[in-house]
Amino acid sequence: MPDLSIVVPSLLNGITTGALYALVALGLTLIYGVLHIINFAHGALLMIGLYAVYFLNVQFGVDPYAALLVVPPLMFALGYALQRGIITRASHGRDENILLATLGLSIVIENLALYFFKSDTRIVDTPYSFETVEVLGAFLPLPKVVAFFGALATAALFWLVMARTDLGKAIRALAKERKGAALVGIDTEHVYAVSFGLGIACLGVAACLLLPSYYVTPQVGHGFILIAFTIVVLGGMGSFVGALLGGFIIGIVEAMGGLFLGESLGQIGIFLIFILVLIFRPTGLLGHKA
Amino acid sequence: MTAMRSLLILLAIFLLIGVAPFAIGSDFWLNVVIMTLYAALLGQAWNILGGYGGQFSFGHAAFFGTGAYAVAVLQVQLGVNPWVGMALGGALAAAVAAFIGFCTFRYGLRGSYFALVTLAFAEVLRILSNSVDFTGAGVGLLIPLARGMENFQFATRAGYFWVVWALTLAAFLTVWWIGNSRFGAQLTAVRDNEDAARALGVDAFRVKMGAIVLSGFFSGLAGVFYAQYFLYLDPAIAYGPEISVTSLLVPIIGGMGTLFGPLLGAVGVHAISEGTRTFVGEAPGISLALYGAVLVAMVLFMPRGLAGLLARAPRKAHADEAAAAPATRAEAGRAEASGHA
Amino acid sequence: MTHKTGKGAMRRRDFLAAGAATLGAAVAGFPAVLRAQPAPVRIGLIHPVTGFIAFSGTQSRAGAMMAIEEINAAGGIKSLGGAMLEAVLGDSQGKPELGAAEVTKMVEAGVHGIVAGYSSAISLATSQEAAKTDTPHIVDVGVADDIMNRGLRNTFRFAPGYSAIASAAVANLDTINKAAGSPARTALIVHEESLFGTGSAKLLSVELPKIGIEVVDVIKHANPTRDFTNIVLQIKSKKPDLIIPANYYNEYILFARTLRQQKVEAKAIYSVLGGAASNYQFVKEFPDAADQIMDCNHWFNPKSELALARKKAAEARGLVYTYEVFLTYNAVAYLADAIERAGSTDKEKVIAALADSTWDQHGMPYGPTRIENGQNLGAQPVNTQILNNDIEVIYPQEFASAEVVFPMKTGA
Repeated sequence: MPDLSIVVPSLLNGITTGALYALVALGLTLIYGVLHIINFAHGALLMIGLYAVYFLNVQFGVDPYAALLVVPPLMFALGYALQRGIITRASHGRDENILLATLGLSIVIENLALYFFKSDTRIVDTPYSFETVEVLGAFLPLPKVVAFFGALATAALFWLVMARTDLGKAIRALAKERKGAALVGIDTEHVYAVSFGLGIACLGVAACLLLPSYYVTPQVGHGFILIAFTIVVLGGMGSFVGALLGGFIIGIVEAMGGLFLGESLGQIGIFLIFILVLIFRPTGLLGHKA
Repeated sequence: MTAMRSLLILLAIFLLIGVAPFAIGSDFWLNVVIMTLYAALLGQAWNILGGYGGQFSFGHAAFFGTGAYAVAVLQVQLGVNPWVGMALGGALAAAVAAFIGFCTFRYGLRGSYFALVTLAFAEVLRILSNSVDFTGAGVGLLIPLARGMENFQFATRAGYFWVVWALTLAAFLTVWWIGNSRFGAQLTAVRDNEDAARALGVDAFRVKMGAIVLSGFFSGLAGVFYAQYFLYLDPAIAYGPEISVTSLLVPIIGGMGTLFGPLLGAVGVHAISEGTRTFVGEAPGISLALYGAVLVAMVLFMPRGLAGLLARAPRKAHADEAAAAPATRAEAGRAEASGHA
Repeated sequence: MTHKTGKGAMRRRDFLAAGAATLGAAVAGFPAVLRAQPAPVRIGLIHPVTGFIAFSGTQSRAGAMMAIEEINAAGGIKSLGGAMLEAVLGDSQGKPELGAAEVTKMVEAGVHGIVAGYSSAISLATSQEAAKTDTPHIVDVGVADDIMNRGLRNTFRFAPGYSAIASAAVANLDTINKAAGSPARTALIVHEESLFGTGSAKLLSVELPKIGIEVVDVIKHANPTRDFTNIVLQIKSKKPDLIIPANYYNEYILFARTLRQQKVEAKAIYSVLGGAASNYQFVKEFPDAADQIMDCNHWFNPKSELALARKKAAEARGLVYTYEVFLTYNAVAYLADAIERAGSTDKEKVIAALADSTWDQHGMPYGPTRIENGQNLGAQPVNTQILNNDIEVIYPQEFASAEVVFPMKTGA
């Protein structure tokens, strides 16, 4: 039986960890919600974002948080290009082709990174990496607290874009009804690519907020991808608030599962929840019924 | 082509492959043939559920690993003969498939939701096998070396060849049967339009259950073969994403929902990976990057896989499907959004 | 793909025989000009240079290549007329089945020996495959005991397995603890979930109580683990005297950072096969978190000129001098020495030479090689400690380069 005095700190830590997961999932849920594709390359693209933040720091002395101005736009461009140039052309209207295309892309990206950057583990050394913030008796690592607020801010930003801007309306229209959207003059290919780009830009934000407390290797994306999918489904496909909530829930489940079942077995809690939610409430917590 | 014709071609191909141990002097090339057949077996198993059934699974490792662990655990912990273990392994894998099928199809999970749930099940099994003692937990299971046919271990590679050849032939014959039976017709009807099929009186649940059980059974047999050929298992090998990816990659490249697709895909995937390696040499990453690029290129230019390339005239159904695709995907998306039948 | 035997091959053999006769006559006629170089000794190197453990695979391969280059520079295999060693490279991609396939390919291409796998799972597969043709196989790192317990006469391991390492770790800990007045009474083990972590943790749990140290908890974690705060919180609440990590590099650095962040105090961090605890990169990048961490791990003999020279040479090539480098270097050198003593590349003779080897030019704290059932019984881990931003050997005494600091000094 774990010591009760560590349950609260564990819970709080789980929430901040969940925030990081939510950031990765935000992009995925947008892509999934609008384009209905399972982006196998999501982990590999997160890795690219992390390398971008790393090199900006090591070569130009750019602080990872300052890189928020540079990396997300670059990632947006990358995502836009990938969708417009490869993924949409690969589909030919068949789901399995998108799957194969994103899978192929993930192999290309990961191995090019291995070839160019080698397999060494790289970290950034920032003055605040070891700082902690005391909350309710728990020492929360500063980078993770920043990530927590970052996730909230990003989700809010996305929500605003979707609800208040023309672009957002176009995206929502396209997600709901493609033919109709085309009929009212929306450039579907462009909006699809923008959606994908936004999803990847979100990975750029995640990368900036993640690297100070983590590391980067060519395979680093693998550790996040399964969790991200779980959160997307848990939260409800296409829902940003759902992804945020799902992230927090998964973070808490992981922390509590680790305390009560052991760290290795505790991971099972995540997937059991995932399976149960899918069976009994497949639209997820905040997903929309068509 | 007619049922009889495709059966004859199938048998002829396997007969030709069966000449391998006599014709191939090189141990290395015989191993290549064995691993290609093994990949074709994995792919064909997935093809039953994914290609013919239209239910994409991302977690076929759940069945593979169960078969592998079953034969290993029964042998190492309980001294059960591995041939018996093979039968039990296949049965257990089929049972796991039935369980997963029941949980998912009963509640009408489809499309991407189904795919992700299978992935979750595979992960759950991986974590469980990492935590219990009888599977050896993180240390894994080593099947003791004991060369002899009665132990399902062979002194020469040819023995292993015959086993995998027979298993793969069985899988292919099963798929041939599916393609020419009422069950198969119902299965593809459910794949193409589940609601319409239901309206015509097809029991979609039973049909999908049949597909997943058969699919799981053959994946489990592939797992048994792996365990006996390599004699070592751990949770990552048995239930990790590698196997799930190979299981879907092979039939999609070769041509989903076709009889010969998995064989073409298995040969294709091996050829591409060997080819890229000889082409660009040893610097880590570059040949795999090229391999990935070839995969992407194949999707761009060969949307129906290798089998589609070889098919003489594109069936009208396919042409219509391609034209209606964007609309149907959006509609499928909406259907998925509700996630339920 | 199919390979026709029979008439074609016969003709080829005749042709070759005729050609050889002609060439032989020519060589005899022009000895000074055409004396042929002795055929190279081909050594297969199979490592996971892509995939999840690509870093370790690349380091291993680098160590092996360095050995081959240095041996060649020193004149190659002199008993074979100065035959050069030739590397035949293979990538297992982290998968045992691919490792095994590479072995088959290499054996057919005529390699005289194999150095492989890094990972235990892969080494199990490669050595088994090599056994089918009795090809000498040196396991470079793979620490599982099972690798050497299968009765395969072609399989040799120069470095220790995890049982030997865990036993030494416990014995050494006992000595260090007693020498300081036994301040350590409790321990908490944190280990990675796969083979070496689980195996080591099991052994430690059984052996530690025998030296008077109670194991208050054993925490297993996944590979990869994204966050260690949960685990560190549990450590904080249990307050063990000793924290014993057994994991890979990435997880180790996160763990060490988190321990520092959460201000955990312990009498020592005593790693057993600690992923980063004997790694110069870790010391360089996290000097605060790394300070005073102890490890019981593979290490070279810091009092050996040979070892220090090799370390310098490796670093001159830009390598971080990690255990993968020097263990694989020695695996190749051990094989080369056996071939040298056998005076032949005949598999039986090489295996015999490997088995009765008393090689001592390895720069490791092992003494001369003593092989039993393929395992070098002279092999042992040593205890290191990170002191003053450097990795020092603190035990056994004969190899020590510094005094142990135990318990850890805390504070400014």
